[in-house]
Amino acid sequence: MDLTNADVQDILHLLDGLPFSELSLETARFRLSLRRGADGGWAQALEVLGQPNVLPTASDQRAATEPLAEASSAGEDSSAENSAAEAGSGADLTDVRTPLLGTFYRAPRPGAPPFVTVGAVVAPDTVVGIIETMKLMNSVTAGVSGAIAEIVLADGEFAEQGTVLMRIRSQR
Amino acid sequence: MAVLRRILIANRGEIAVRIIRTCAALGIETVLAVSDADGDSMPARLADAVVRLGPAPPAASYLDVKAVVSAAVAAGADAIHPGYGFLSEKAQLATACEAAGLVFIGPTPVQLDAVGDKVRARGHAEAAGLPTVPGGAVDGTAAAADLAAVIGWPVLVKAVGGGGGRGLRPVPGPAALADTIAVAMAEAAGAFGDPRIYLERYVHPGRHVEVQVLGDGERVIHVGDRDCSVQRRYQKLVEEAPAPLLGDKLRADMRQAAIAFAERLRYRGLGTVEFLVDCERGGFYFLEMNARIQVEHPVTEAISGLDLVAEQIWVAEGNRLRLGQDDIELTGHAIECRINAEDWSDSFRPSPGTIAAASFPAESWIRVDTHVQAGAPVPPWYDSLLAKLIVTGRDRAEAVARMRDALARCQIDGVATTLPMQVELMNSDGFGSGGVDTSYLDRLVLGQVSHG
Repeated sequence: MDLTNADVQDILHLLDGLPFSELSLETARFRLSLRRGADGGWAQALEVLGQPNVLPTASDQRAATEPLAEASSAGEDSSAENSAAEAGSGADLTDVRTPLLGTFYRAPRPGAPPFVTVGAVVAPDTVVGIIETMKLMNSVTAGVSGAIAEIVLADGEFAEQGTVLMRIRSQR
Repeated sequence: MAVLRRILIANRGEIAVRIIRTCAALGIETVLAVSDADGDSMPARLADAVVRLGPAPPAASYLDVKAVVSAAVAAGADAIHPGYGFLSEKAQLATACEAAGLVFIGPTPVQLDAVGDKVRARGHAEAAGLPTVPGGAVDGTAAAADLAAVIGWPVLVKAVGGGGGRGLRPVPGPAALADTIAVAMAEAAGAFGDPRIYLERYVHPGRHVEVQVLGDGERVIHVGDRDCSVQRRYQKLVEEAPAPLLGDKLRADMRQAAIAFAERLRYRGLGTVEFLVDCERGGFYFLEMNARIQVEHPVTEAISGLDLVAEQIWVAEGNRLRLGQDDIELTGHAIECRINAEDWSDSFRPSPGTIAAASFPAESWIRVDTHVQAGAPVPPWYDSLLAKLIVTGRDRAEAVARMRDALARCQIDGVATTLPMQVELMNSDGFGSGGVDTSYLDRLVLGQVSHG
């Protein structure tokens, strides 16, 4: 267990009687910075440093090749996905990209027909998919008039911001 | 009776940190079940042990009943604490726990089923003598017009299969009824696969007030009320206890109604009975019961001095309540501001990313429940709550003033947050006066209310 709020309050009581306006405390388990503001009030920044104690489980043969701690670095696969998707853009094709990172859905609900399929004619405000980010559903619109030429990303796939979802052949 | 020694926490974020704190104080070991996105999180570092559930998407990890129960069994836990959201109100998890010989820290499967279905919950509310919003199912325009004449205008047309604010259409008067019913039935059939519609009185403006209850399967007590009317997209952003400007009789009636509802279910555990207060007609209606710990529970803890998670664990162990109604003393006023990773200036657009720095004010009257720290990722798969800032004052005016001060001293870098919106809200005349209705925040965002 880490430092409790009561511990922090005790430390602040000690500091209040002293002429210091900053304290940094670091142990193997946490790093605490206390800073006195211009108005005399204290601000704290706490970092818990202790390493997770991961228990092995029966289903961990798979986990051994997917280290737990590294899955959270959000940016790592973005460049690969984007460059791969960019290579195919033709002159008369307009890319529809994700407005923000999240999970791509082609249909309004599981089991429902997709918003668009290849060949569908769309206007700039036609909804062509949904990106779910932090439990919020964000509509993706076509942005241009034309026909859907290609759907690049599969339903339910995760995409970084700016990933190409589909391509639209512009109307001439 | 089972003394719990090792609890698996099937959740993440600030509530996981919150539960670990109480367990540590009680001498109970914690095992945190994590998705691949959370293996390095603050709660993972604080828990006694961590067990992997599955990949980052919730369906493959936090929502997978089998994975959660197997993790608890493998980790040698004797109970599961589900937190809020995810599987917390799924009877399926409670049932699977029973089958695996684990204690589910929450109500019984039967109670979860009773409150999980809106129509069933409404039936229980009526049977317990609670007021419900006048209304009923209708099969067409003629029936709708007859019913509307009885319950009064304006009315709200709802899809029976809808939920979460979807499929709701207010109708101001008789002239617009036929068209709205036709569109609503067609839409309900298309969107929800169920053309049935429901008509009820449109209570507007309304306030969202709820009562905290705690039961042991025999006896139920309440721990006061909370006001949660500051909402955006049906999501609460600010909560306070007690609910301001309610009137003694209304407050007492709502608390009694909450107890009557929970008693009818012989409720065991921590729960919240939600009500809609009709600002114009006065009076209140039963909305639903949340059968779990809630995000906003700290404001109740702040004015009652209780540790609600500790009480929840106590009754889950099979004990009778150790508190009587007379032991509940509520003093002062508490406000909670939720700090979400959302950009207020851009329609509350979610803002996942990485926390560069996080610093909060440290005062005896401020409580910060958070899981963010420098370097922590804010993954896109889960909700956007970063921290809850809870401030207590001797009265509401002091609490509001302290919240203004506390917000000004919070700093979160790396992602957009709702801190600026909360500052704006705390400075607004309407919130300052108290008792705003559920549309207040939208009007504030649109610049339709005056600023202090």
